Amino acid sequence: MAPAANTPRRGRRSPLASVALHTTLVVASVIAVFPVLWVFLTSLKPASYATTTDFFRDPTFENYTGLLRDTPFLTWFGNSLLIAGLTTLLGVFTAATTGYAVSRFRFPGKRGLMWTLLVTQMFPVAVLIVPIYNIMAGLGLLNRSAGLVITYMTISVPFCAWMMKGFFDTIPREIDESGMVDGLTPFGTFFRLILPLARPGLAVTAFYSFITAWGEVAYASAFMVGDENLTLAGGLQKFVNQYGAQWGPMTAASVLIAIPAAVVFLFAQRHLVTGMSAGAVKG
Amino acid sequence: MAVHTGPSVAPAADGTPVRGRSRGAGGPAGKTRPPGGLRRALSVHWYAWTMVAPVVVVIGVIIGYPLLRGVYLSLTDANERNVERNIGVNHLPATYEFVGLDNYTDALTGSQFLGTLGWTLVWTVSCVSVTFALGLGLATLLNRRIAGRSLYRMLLILPWAVPGFVSVFAWRFLYNEDRGLLNKLLAGGGIDAVPWLNDPTWAKFSVIAVNVWLGVPFMMVALLGGLQSISGEMYEAAEMDGANARQRFRHITMPGLRPVSTTVILLSTIWTFNMFPVIFLLTRGGPGEATQILVTQAYKFSFEISPRDYAQSSTWGVLILVLLMLFAAVYRRVLRKQGDTW
Repeated sequence: MAPAANTPRRGRRSPLASVALHTTLVVASVIAVFPVLWVFLTSLKPASYATTTDFFRDPTFENYTGLLRDTPFLTWFGNSLLIAGLTTLLGVFTAATTGYAVSRFRFPGKRGLMWTLLVTQMFPVAVLIVPIYNIMAGLGLLNRSAGLVITYMTISVPFCAWMMKGFFDTIPREIDESGMVDGLTPFGTFFRLILPLARPGLAVTAFYSFITAWGEVAYASAFMVGDENLTLAGGLQKFVNQYGAQWGPMTAASVLIAIPAAVVFLFAQRHLVTGMSAGAVKG
Repeated sequence: MAVHTGPSVAPAADGTPVRGRSRGAGGPAGKTRPPGGLRRALSVHWYAWTMVAPVVVVIGVIIGYPLLRGVYLSLTDANERNVERNIGVNHLPATYEFVGLDNYTDALTGSQFLGTLGWTLVWTVSCVSVTFALGLGLATLLNRRIAGRSLYRMLLILPWAVPGFVSVFAWRFLYNEDRGLLNKLLAGGGIDAVPWLNDPTWAKFSVIAVNVWLGVPFMMVALLGGLQSISGEMYEAAEMDGANARQRFRHITMPGLRPVSTTVILLSTIWTFNMFPVIFLLTRGGPGEATQILVTQAYKFSFEISPRDYAQSSTWGVLILVLLMLFAAVYRRVLRKQGDTW
């Protein structure tokens, strides 16, 4: 990303313009933060105050202790962690060499492959969900973590390949050439020179495919039933259904799901955007 | 586009135009090769093909095969009762039949598909345009020298950092008709409770609002990146020439943002068109079918009604995919006509 320093140097703003600018940004920030903050504050309220407008009243952790003690939240958390983790690992491993090949070489079939990778990003969940459901049912993989991992690879593999191509494009080709001069094969060049250099890119790709799987709703809702097999996306729905809502555990669970993801995200996000737009723009 | 060739690639391979669209990965090499072309292509390209092989296999097995099956199911009358299934130890074979294009005719001539398509288009266009306008506005503000810029930036991308389904539940909490915060605040101002999710019109407004809230951060960050890549000297030169702020925006900012904005508009159109969780978790498509978009309706056919209608669901799925691919192709062509190499 270009350095921020090239912002045009214009004439000084009038105080009025400054106030307007800050007001707009403050209002926008409040709108952006408030729903999340409100859920956080609610999670700290005793159940009887859950739906009051009080900002902060008799703070307590009872929603959290209740959630961890009385609901299968930790099981869901474990399921999500396992499924998203495996999806990420398999996705990144499978796609790494492809991203490199597509970034560096010209070979028959490349256009077709690029085109396929692009089109798969457009696949609506509706087009694969029924056949995959039937196939998984036939294989006895419904309601199993393995089934969901395989399903998620339909999303993560094309995406990882696409995104890694963007990162490999940013590594100078001179490095490949120097590797070749030193007698390395293309594979040697890739594994010994390029892959270590691409580590930040791989980390970002892995992170993004992790949170995609972590937050997936459609397949998880359709494929997993029974309290002990749900992922977080399915589990959270248990707290809020058409018959009523348990806002206490719902808000506590939301906080436990969101905070770790948000913290990591805020560190990784600069690279995320670079990777996505690089992959897409230069495609 | 990468035009660089692997150092050991023979010139013959490069001289061959690789334009043929239909050429599948790993397929036989071009016909214009001299005799023995296949063997030659193999010896030249085997490492590239080996490198892409895992992805080609994965795509073929877990995307290609289900896709073909989905297309086939859309040509049958498959539902929960007649597909192959196991009940206890008994294995029941599939008894559904091939019905040709009947499902497509039904979908395209009936009112349900077209009605849902209409709302899906309204949903997509309004979400994308509002998100883009707000994202561009905020990016422009953040691109100035301003105190606390990185703090604002951090706060403004928060909705993107939280997993989508968590945010959607947070909004359900705020929208709750009897107990939600929004209505309590309105009541404080003496305004009657608004049925945010229970009235067709309000529900449409509410789902769009949530999707915009979710989408603005990405748009803003991407456009901010685009803005920062425009050279400050251009603005200085324009200012020297007496261009006012509006002219600078129109003649420098807009063209400079083109590569980024065309990409993010395409991406967010596709994402919004397929946006499952927001509708599914906020309203389940209701009240009635007021907020049902194509994707959630297709899901409903196969997982929420009884008997599950797999054929209809697959038909809608295929139609959605065709619509999106048509859109992407037209979009690309329009951009190309305007001189963009996308």
